Amino acid sequence: MGYFSDIYKGIKTLLTGMSVTGKYFLTSRKGAITQQYPDNRDTLKMFERFRGEVVMPHDENNEHQCTGCQKCELACPNGSIEIIWDRGLDETTGKKKKKIDKHIYHLGLCTMCGLCIEACPTDAIVWAQNYENSTYDRTQLTKVLNRPGSKVKAGIED
Amino acid sequence: MIITLSITKTIQDWLIGMMPEGVASILAMVIVALIYLAIFAVAGLYLVLLERKVAAWFQLRIGPNRVGYWGLLQTMADALKLVSKELTGTIKADKFLYNLAPYFVIISSLMALAVFPFTKEFQAFDINIGIFFLIAISSIGVIGILLGGWSSNNKFALIGAMRSGVQTISYELSVGLSLLTMVLLTGSLQLSEIVEVQKEGWLILQGHVPAIIAFMIYMIAGTAETNRAPFDMVEAESELGAGFHTEYSGMKFAYFFLAEFINMFIIAAIATTVFFGGWLSPFGITESLPWLGIFWFLGKTLVIVFLMMWFRWTFPRLRIDQLLTLEWKYLLPINLVNIVIMAIIVWLNLTIKF
Repeated sequence: MGYFSDIYKGIKTLLTGMSVTGKYFLTSRKGAITQQYPDNRDTLKMFERFRGEVVMPHDENNEHQCTGCQKCELACPNGSIEIIWDRGLDETTGKKKKKIDKHIYHLGLCTMCGLCIEACPTDAIVWAQNYENSTYDRTQLTKVLNRPGSKVKAGIED
Repeated sequence: MIITLSITKTIQDWLIGMMPEGVASILAMVIVALIYLAIFAVAGLYLVLLERKVAAWFQLRIGPNRVGYWGLLQTMADALKLVSKELTGTIKADKFLYNLAPYFVIISSLMALAVFPFTKEFQAFDINIGIFFLIAISSIGVIGILLGGWSSNNKFALIGAMRSGVQTISYELSVGLSLLTMVLLTGSLQLSEIVEVQKEGWLILQGHVPAIIAFMIYMIAGTAETNRAPFDMVEAESELGAGFHTEYSGMKFAYFFLAEFINMFIIAAIATTVFFGGWLSPFGITESLPWLGIFWFLGKTLVIVFLMMWFRWTFPRLRIDQLLTLEWKYLLPINLVNIVIMAIIVWLNLTIKF
């Protein structure tokens, strides 16, 4: 009697499927995922995991967390990150120590793979959620992530 | 004021006052044909819009909402764009058949519309073999598809067209037999008479169990007839490009596209007429106002059209062998048994009548 049970099962599973899509149809007004972008650009906020661009957060003392270890530069598959570094005297210990001069990020090259952020041991670079990245001049896509005059936060290397 | 709804006769009577009878009747036919053509071209466009909106809602999207209020002019704009586009073609195509095919498809689907009673006496052509005419005409469309696929001189198009032939010829049987099951109840092939019979209860109630089985088979086979997903082996975007209309562009493509949606409307309209009482209102609540029948007819038809859209956005597509298994091993035997059951029910007078 496999023939009739096949028919029964077939109809049952089809009706289950229809009830699922039917529910989505009825609730679609509330849960529409389409963003009507240019109209809602004032209120549109991208979700937390959106990969807009790589930024380096600074605190109120203009201190970042980058130690200049260059792991992000090594992790980047297409050379979007360049770090210009130098050795300077450390105030507390008096020893010579590596620190960044410029953390250069080429947004135009970046494929948003996120390997640099995973590689960073001190969470110095994170994803930003901005999305309007187009410019009229591509030199504006080369960004220096550390702000002028900033320095590394004390104790971050420990 | 009495508005007579028998349009062909009204126009003919009005024209006979001005010219000889023969000319008048031909002119009346042309006028009615033009009215139908205009109405259903626009109706087809709005069915496309409905499909896009419904698809969007099923997928939690918004759908077209830019052109006109709520996107209402979107498909009009699309049609205008398609009219203004260049008609390209392949060099090695069979030019005559290639150009003929779209007209074959669109004309066969528009011809079927002539016999539907939209409300009491509002019918262009009340032929006494109505159901037979519909079954016959709905399978002529596949010749257009085969012509298009063959003459395009393109392998994708040819495969799509051959699949269409296989599919339509197989499922034609189920459509015909499920409608025949209902004809056992009505005792007439004339559509106006079928609606008349249903004043004692819609046929799906009169025929209870076998009628419901027949309706289910009709919906499956009807969806397959229109070449819509889950039976879209013909167009099969994922494997055949666009199937038989791969090589068509501009307005010829639009004809194929429009014909698909008008065919969907026809399948739904047949289901409405045969199973759900055509233009009759439920419990006869608007019986004194026959022109409201148009509203009931279109309402029921749109519900069934929605059901077909629901199928499309829910069910997974069938492979070609599964398609044929479904028809020959399941639908056809069930259908034949169903006819016998219906015959016994009619013979023993077990129908439900109010």
